[in-house]
Amino acid sequence: MTLQSSGQETINLQGNHACALGAVAAGCRFYAGYPITPSSEVAERLAKELPKVGGVFLQMEDEIASIAATLGASMGGVKAMTATSGPGFSLKQENLGYGMGAEIPCVVVNVMRGGPSTGMPTRPAQGDLMQARWGTHGDHPVIALTPGSVEEIYQQTARAFALSEKLRIPVIVLFDESLGHLVETVALPDVTEYEKTVRKWATGKPEDYKPYKADKDGVPPMARPGDGYRVHTTGLTVDESGWPTQKSAEVEPVMKRLLGKVALNNDLVESFEDMDCEDAEVVVVALGVVGRAARKAVRELRASGVKAGLFRPITLWPFPTKSFRKLTKKAKHFVVAEMNAGQLILEIGAAKTGRQSVTGLNRFDGVPISPSQIKQSIKEVLGHE
Amino acid sequence: MNKQAAITAEKNEAPDSEIRDFEIRDYLRLDMFPHFMCPGCGHGIALRALLWAIHSQGIEKDKLAIVSGIGCSGRVGSYIDANTYHTTHGRPLAFATGLKMARPDLHVVVITGDGDCLAIGGNHLIHAARRNLDITCLMLNNEIYGMTGGQVSPTTPHDRFTTTTPAGNKEPVFDASRLAEAAGAGFVGREITIHLPRLRDLIAEGLAYKGFSFIEVMSDCTEVNGRKNDLGSSPEMVLGQTRTMRPSEYDNNVVDHPFRPNTMNTGVFVRSDRPEYGATYRNMVDEIQALQQKGQK
Repeated sequence: MTLQSSGQETINLQGNHACALGAVAAGCRFYAGYPITPSSEVAERLAKELPKVGGVFLQMEDEIASIAATLGASMGGVKAMTATSGPGFSLKQENLGYGMGAEIPCVVVNVMRGGPSTGMPTRPAQGDLMQARWGTHGDHPVIALTPGSVEEIYQQTARAFALSEKLRIPVIVLFDESLGHLVETVALPDVTEYEKTVRKWATGKPEDYKPYKADKDGVPPMARPGDGYRVHTTGLTVDESGWPTQKSAEVEPVMKRLLGKVALNNDLVESFEDMDCEDAEVVVVALGVVGRAARKAVRELRASGVKAGLFRPITLWPFPTKSFRKLTKKAKHFVVAEMNAGQLILEIGAAKTGRQSVTGLNRFDGVPISPSQIKQSIKEVLGHE
Repeated sequence: MNKQAAITAEKNEAPDSEIRDFEIRDYLRLDMFPHFMCPGCGHGIALRALLWAIHSQGIEKDKLAIVSGIGCSGRVGSYIDANTYHTTHGRPLAFATGLKMARPDLHVVVITGDGDCLAIGGNHLIHAARRNLDITCLMLNNEIYGMTGGQVSPTTPHDRFTTTTPAGNKEPVFDASRLAEAAGAGFVGREITIHLPRLRDLIAEGLAYKGFSFIEVMSDCTEVNGRKNDLGSSPEMVLGQTRTMRPSEYDNNVVDHPFRPNTMNTGVFVRSDRPEYGATYRNMVDEIQALQQKGQK
């Protein structure tokens, strides 16, 4: 996947600032957050930018209030976002689930740092990949995007809004401290298409409207307060009319629809980078900043005749399993490079169809994985043949 | 305490006709009935008072947003024919803050309880009061966690038996109204449910107030609070309240100890002219945008 540059001049931009600007460009007009390293620059930039466009910036009393206020603003009909890092992401989980269950669009950014607990606030990590998938309780649909450069942070944050609005779901944007604080020369991509994407509003007679009766795309049109629909929104399991139910016959279809709506829109949601995967013997799977190191490693190995490839999920959740399988048919080995003790590797183990070997390359000491480490790992894997 | 303000403020009284014309069915989702409340629960009276006050203020149902949390209080809003949001435990004030800032045209009313508002959501109460954003917060104080079966709450009186205080409650209580006042709420009042017209007028004044209005409704829970403590049936419980809760000027001395006093005051405790946060924020935005336009020229 390549970025379409709008052709405008390049600027020097920090990853966290790119996140803030991408949000505003996508039409975000509400932000609520709480200071936390290493994501604070997202809030600081939005505190400056949002008033200029008539938007609302709120520094709330805590992380939970931040996501609750974000959901409240979104119910009011505004594109809304909150940003945080590990400890704050943990605190937000319950309300994230409320957004997923009640189908409230919003964007939640997690600039990952070392963990567990307070961990290493100013060091990068990719330790929250599985938390992004399974952090909130109960079965739930999820979309998580993992940009790999400053430019891509801008673009994917904007895209997160579009997916969120279109599918009525909170979308998580995950990148790590090193990308958040990285300053790069970028040409901001054109995100007008994402800005134009707004949710389906309820139309027709209020008496015929059912808040959780979905269209063919699995997404129910949303009612805005003040438009005459006067609906009930709750975290309880509801039937199509939005009223709580615990009857299994009513719960099952509602839950199936909720859990299936992302897969139903896979064409929109799926995104990844593939580099020389088709004929590769060894495919490196890496995301975010590690994807960049892997790209360099693969390029150099190819130059010396090694059949290496790279698969970099940009949409981490749902994992692009079908495309991954298709592209890596010829692979004999997978090297999963990630800045944690082994999370993405679990998904690769589940996604692979053949008898390929799966080797993890892991760092959780606050330092990004280098291209030479990846090259070394690939050579070792091939040496075992 | 701003006694002067309390004495001199003009009461925002609705015309008699609007009070007389009130028909509660116009404001309820009747297809959602029967409701969940136990016989004798004070929450239903609080609901009636709220709807009556909404009617007296001429607030359109389409422009009314009811935000609630979890617990008995959290379910009350579901029966109102308005835009209703049943959010997560303790978070209705935070949710409402986002909603009101995003949609200043809506009348945002939060219905919460003593556990929802003072325990798990206590942080949001003090900060909502501090911001003084135009939200009306109705805290239904039944002195117990009713929905979960009767556990001790931050307002359960001293020595009261609950399922988690089998030897009586030994913890001091919160005085919610004083807490809201200290945190900066622009309008604070307390009332008991037996005085329905007074409660209606108190809520109406809170709705009309531009800023954060905190209204503590002393409800009664006969099922899991009353029975366990031999407080009698619902009529006995609410009559008991008339003996211990009286309208009078808010006297600091009466409540100035860690345990709940023998008598609690009712009425309006605070009417202040603190600036409302939403308007202040929007003024700032206007100024920034004006400066920007100047810069562009």
